[in-house]
Amino acid sequence: MSGITIQPGHIPAERISTQPENYLNWSTNVKDWLLTGDHKRIAVMYVISISFFFSLGAIAAAGIRIALLNYHDQFFQNETYNKLFSMHGIVMIFFFLVPSIPATLGNFLIPLMVGARDLAFPRLNLLSWYLYIIGGTLTLLAIIFGGIDTGWTFYTPYSSIYSNTNVVLAISGVFIAGFSSILTGINFIVTVHKMRAPGLTWFRLPLFVWAMYATSLIMVLGTPVVAITLLLVLVERTLNLGIFNPANGGDPILFQHMFWFYSHPAVYIMILPGFGVISELIACFTRRRIFGYSFVAFSSIAIATLGFFVWGHHMFVTGQSMYSSMVFSIISFLVAVPSAIKVFNWTATIYKGRVWFTAPMLYAMGFIGLFTIGGLTGLFLAALAVDIHLNQTYFVVAHFHYVMVGGATLAYLGGIHFWWPKMTGRMYPEFWAKLSAGLTFVGFNLTFFPQFIVGYLGMPRRYHYYAPEYQTWQVMSTAGSSVLGLGYLIPGIYLIWSLKYGAIAGPNPWGAKGLEWTVPSPPPSHNFDEIPIVTEDAYMYHDEDQVLADKDRAAMGITEQGEEHDV
Amino acid sequence: MNIPFFPEQASTFAQDVDNIYFLLCALTLFFTALVLGLITFFAIRYRRGNNKVDRSNAPEEHLPLELTWSIIPLILGIGVFIWSAKPFTYVYRPPADALEIFVIGKRWMWHVQHANGIRENNELHIPVDKPIKLTMISQDVIHGFFVPAFRVKRDVLPGRYNTVWFQPTKIGRYHLYCTEYCGTNHSEMGGWVTVMAATDYQKWITTGGAPGPTPTIQETLVSQGASLYQTYACANCHQSQNGVHGPSLYGIYGKERKLTSGQTVIADDSYLRESIVQPESKIVAGYQNLMPAYPVGAEAGQLTEEQVLSMVAYIKTLGTNSAPVAPAAAIPSQPAHPFDGVPHTPPINGLNGTGLNGTKPADKKGTQAVPAAKPGPAPSNVGMMPADGSVPQMPTFKATPDTNPTVKPTTSAPAGNKSSAEPVTKPGTSTVAPGRTPS
Repeated sequence: MSGITIQPGHIPAERISTQPENYLNWSTNVKDWLLTGDHKRIAVMYVISISFFFSLGAIAAAGIRIALLNYHDQFFQNETYNKLFSMHGIVMIFFFLVPSIPATLGNFLIPLMVGARDLAFPRLNLLSWYLYIIGGTLTLLAIIFGGIDTGWTFYTPYSSIYSNTNVVLAISGVFIAGFSSILTGINFIVTVHKMRAPGLTWFRLPLFVWAMYATSLIMVLGTPVVAITLLLVLVERTLNLGIFNPANGGDPILFQHMFWFYSHPAVYIMILPGFGVISELIACFTRRRIFGYSFVAFSSIAIATLGFFVWGHHMFVTGQSMYSSMVFSIISFLVAVPSAIKVFNWTATIYKGRVWFTAPMLYAMGFIGLFTIGGLTGLFLAALAVDIHLNQTYFVVAHFHYVMVGGATLAYLGGIHFWWPKMTGRMYPEFWAKLSAGLTFVGFNLTFFPQFIVGYLGMPRRYHYYAPEYQTWQVMSTAGSSVLGLGYLIPGIYLIWSLKYGAIAGPNPWGAKGLEWTVPSPPPSHNFDEIPIVTEDAYMYHDEDQVLADKDRAAMGITEQGEEHDV
Repeated sequence: MNIPFFPEQASTFAQDVDNIYFLLCALTLFFTALVLGLITFFAIRYRRGNNKVDRSNAPEEHLPLELTWSIIPLILGIGVFIWSAKPFTYVYRPPADALEIFVIGKRWMWHVQHANGIRENNELHIPVDKPIKLTMISQDVIHGFFVPAFRVKRDVLPGRYNTVWFQPTKIGRYHLYCTEYCGTNHSEMGGWVTVMAATDYQKWITTGGAPGPTPTIQETLVSQGASLYQTYACANCHQSQNGVHGPSLYGIYGKERKLTSGQTVIADDSYLRESIVQPESKIVAGYQNLMPAYPVGAEAGQLTEEQVLSMVAYIKTLGTNSAPVAPAAAIPSQPAHPFDGVPHTPPINGLNGTGLNGTKPADKKGTQAVPAAKPGPAPSNVGMMPADGSVPQMPTFKATPDTNPTVKPTTSAPAGNKSSAEPVTKPGTSTVAPGRTPS
């Protein structure tokens, strides 16, 4: 692809200090981090900050699971329980899932993948991180000053009139964080349009870039609507104008329309980048070009487009017109088609591949399985008559966790492992990574599968007290969540460990295709000494790549099976 | 230990929903097994150490395959859509003979009003094998009415009525939940639905359920509404004969109303409510915005949702050509809801044979007589006068509307609204599409 050669040589550990200058080590000055325009540094700052918010959300989840061990829990007050699930939802959605892959892997990889030296607007990119931090801080303050109890959906008139908690603070935080998404989206769109390397046509782009492009479209088109909506809630709450409150002539259902107009597409903001990551992982670890490249690419765009016309499926029981419900229902069924295209194309890619069972590949396979279940259970909720029963029950909770945790989070973890050597220059310990991929998969299913059953039984979500007959399922769920928690905790430990003790990675430890693997790990600040010229399609794997990768890894002290030996 | 896997089926709707559910379960199982099976099989067979397999001519794209796995999900999806849309339409079409019960959601309880005046909290008693229609409203935030055993759910909104209907098929006690998050004690806002045999139910509804939970019999809903109608002197402006200040209310229920804005709305429950609470929002063509609002709220002088509900119930009973009559007292022991063969001639009106048969009471402005049979000084009405404590009078009367199609008794009684024969709940129930509120 480019003139840059892969260096298969072994870099001894003691030479780390004399490693060539890269984006991490050129300056350790705090100011050079906080005022950086380097997309890679900003990505690292995002990794750190979203990990913090993820931990916060996970702590809230642990509280919820503890409370639900007992059907008449005495450990928390109702009020506290409500604040826990609200905090879990708000933090996980707005401060982890929405920015997770785009702001970290997207920021890091898009310029590298398109052969550019940075994003189109580096300072805008830095601003988006600051907005995220300001938004996050406000929400954090809302939590510290006593929490918020509206749920992440902020339904009116509860949020605008009745709740006595820190709604204004939390909503302001989410409002500001929204601008961070918008800026990131604009940056990606412009970068993909204008800054692709010579020869890198649209249909030579890695599928990750396609997925990020589709995501960016949603961010730019959808986020302003939720910003307006939340602003209106603030206006009603502080100035008592009748917008959503019927006592003042407002309409509470209007809020739901506006909220879901963003928040359903937001689901695709969370999962589309995951699709992109999985396409990269599957291609690399089967040594195959993704089967039906153009179908996979366009299915991302199709999902992003259709996603804007299904918001009413959240509102089948609000009393919205029967015919609107039918239209929303059938369009929701249509989303199944591009989703199915992706899943089947990934499956077909494995056929006649050369499958290499690394931890990222295990995450990818787990993703396909869980996303399949998550997607298919979405059909239950799109089916009008069935949704009447399932709406607002644990079935919904289980469904979106299969998509958001089984899907998006698994993809994020898989991607972090896959590009970890590129980002840090160090390998993660393969054994522990495989173990935690397994634990995550098992723990996840144990946590959320029982919730499908308890949901069909009729247990509503957001219930602190519940009928005793559901307890067995809830206890099972809590047991599973502790396994799942372990599956998250272990990577947290070994990834930090690997920063110092991990095997030093060459530029391309996976023998992967893609421009990001043609530069050293970690890449230099300017990414490419010379802008590469692209002459072939994406994922053009040859057997020689494998040989090179194996040689590279052998030099790093990693054996064929990926088991790690002493460095 | 008894671990449930599947909820009870206790309504006619349950079987339909469950059938679709089972189909979807089968589809999910099939496709998950297919995808997981293929992935596992391919991944193991084509693992990198295995060089004995044929990897030649690995395809990179295959249009027929792409079409196959696009079109099969498409067809299945549309099939499931159609199958699941059909029962969905039932929910919007309650049968005309459904027994109507009123539900008010407030943080954090369910308040149920039976038509004959019996009230219960967090309990709902209904007869088996009889269509039940609930007209629901919330006093504060959004709630959700959900009975898993019936597979029905409907949000209960503030400011407008939503309806849900179902036909229980099995005697028993079932969970009732609030499903729309409503604040601190959301998870405790629930109760029980008791489905009773017809005879037991009749006994229950006549005796007030004693020695059951503790419902108390009061006036019937309609007679409460009639009392309020008197208290607030609604007739001053809304009489049929000289109802020049405001449109006549006779026989309007379920009819189209032409508004000053040029729009038309159906006069359903939500419209009637809005016209009391926020009359300025929809003015009937030919009239002026003269009526003061009677807001719902907790402050002194404001109405409660129960009171508005009773007035709506009363207005629904108004016939076509006459002024209201003094409501008869609700007599708790009056036989109610005979389900034995006589469809729906319940005593919920408390006006049987009196109010709507053309009797003309005195309709002098502002001098409505206190109904003779009214039990006591209407204790429930005290404190519900307008905020200034006076009987509301129309302050100024400026224009005489020259077009008022509904005031003429002779012309405003379309055939079919036989209110004198079936005084109460009949009018309109079959003509409006519940759940579709004009807005």
